[in-house]
Amino acid sequence: MKSAVVVFPASNCDRDAAVALEQMTGKAPHMVWHQDADLPEVDLVVLPGRFSYGDYLRCGAMASQSAVMRAVKAHAEKGGAVLGICNGFQVLTETHLLPGALVRNAGLKFVCRPVGLEVDETQSVFTRKYEKGQRLSFPVAHGEGNYYADAETLDRLEGEGRVVFRYAEGDNPNGSARNIAGILSEKRNVLGLMPHPERVVDPLLGGTDGKALFESLIETLS
Amino acid sequence: MTQITDEMVREHGLTEDEHAHIKRLLNREPSFVELGIFSVMWSEHCSYKSTRVHLAKLPTKASWVLQGPGENAGVIDIGDGDACIFKMESHNHPSFIEPYQGAATGVGGIMRDVFTMGARPIAMMNALRFGEPSHPKTRHLVSGVVSGIGGYGNCMGVPTVGGEVNFHKSYNGNILVNAMCVGLARTDKIFLSAAKGAGNPVVYIGSKTGRDGIHGATMASAEFDDASEEKRPTVQVGDPFTEKLLLEACLELDGDRRDHRDPGHGRGGAHILVGGDGGQGRQRHRARPR
Repeated sequence: MKSAVVVFPASNCDRDAAVALEQMTGKAPHMVWHQDADLPEVDLVVLPGRFSYGDYLRCGAMASQSAVMRAVKAHAEKGGAVLGICNGFQVLTETHLLPGALVRNAGLKFVCRPVGLEVDETQSVFTRKYEKGQRLSFPVAHGEGNYYADAETLDRLEGEGRVVFRYAEGDNPNGSARNIAGILSEKRNVLGLMPHPERVVDPLLGGTDGKALFESLIETLS
Repeated sequence: MTQITDEMVREHGLTEDEHAHIKRLLNREPSFVELGIFSVMWSEHCSYKSTRVHLAKLPTKASWVLQGPGENAGVIDIGDGDACIFKMESHNHPSFIEPYQGAATGVGGIMRDVFTMGARPIAMMNALRFGEPSHPKTRHLVSGVVSGIGGYGNCMGVPTVGGEVNFHKSYNGNILVNAMCVGLARTDKIFLSAAKGAGNPVVYIGSKTGRDGIHGATMASAEFDDASEEKRPTVQVGDPFTEKLLLEACLELDGDRRDHRDPGHGRGGAHILVGGDGGQGRQRHRARPR
């Protein structure tokens, strides 16, 4: 599996993503600068966490207008896999590659801790190596991760099996609607999630629950 | 030229003795601008004039100490060609006046001191002292300081890995906010602040100059009184996005071998850069502050 990580000026989980990808695939990903209008030939594009352009405006709003995002959009439209983590998820909703929006945490505070997740959907290139209902622990670190969409959109996401990860009951860190932690695009090739799977692929870093996500991708895309 | 009055000298946080010493050094009365420069450079914040004697008691020499006091940060050899660069600094006064920005820029300042020496910051820690929980200001201060430390660290991508906090009535009117940054570098890629030679171009980088933070170093060195709240504008407003760009730019530059290097400049600002560099004199072309 060939992969690329997009680097915005204030991305800072780009290195975490690169380390995880290299560890899981054995190959270092291409690091693509935000001004590049072309992507290298890859199977997976990762939009990493944190602040893209500082996010003094709405999170991800400026990133959605960047040159590289036009290329990412084209990659997604051709059916290429896109994984948006944390700020990457915010960029995906701002780019309308995913529906809904991520608003200020219900508690109005930045939250940084491991959260319990439940795998809700295994029919995807990202989650096929998990089991339905499997309990996971991924870390979150965000101030604006409260997933919001109108009831009709939420019903549709659930009806089409596009909610892949939910916060475990009682462990919703941000007030997200229906405990939603991660969703798929209509074509199921784009995943956005607030928790960080790339930070749990090594026991040294406190867990390995994120490994199966990368193994799922490797199995499908290699 | 503006006439320097005793009132002005006091407002600049300088004592009568210091004023007299300035006049002896210059053989004349300083100009208004010069008074401002002395005010910053001789502030406790920049010169450690009253704590220097206590700091001198700390151990600073060992075979593994690659850099002791005198640089932006300390450097320890941790073996295998790796070095640990670290810095700890207080931001007490700014955090008391404006807890979010005060704590945030405290974190930003020490990160800058660590990455300008060639290290990527990897961890933050802090030691905090607040007044009694029941004191009317405590809740506001705790909430602001904690969000300021977390928010700035998050934006820079450096985790806060530990800390300690205590509450006691003796801190009701003067909280302590100490932050520490630890960075990792290669022992052969450590950059010192001293620059040598004439004719080098000077590049001055920072966030946009605003009305915030003016005379911050002088404020931070003064004692508090009932009017301290009025000094809120002397606290600098942080811009972690610009600092993140600076971090990556510095580390990218450090990939190349360079002979000359300038230090980071905190609240002391531009006068430290020129005044503090061995008196070689520099011609400055400065863009109009925005």
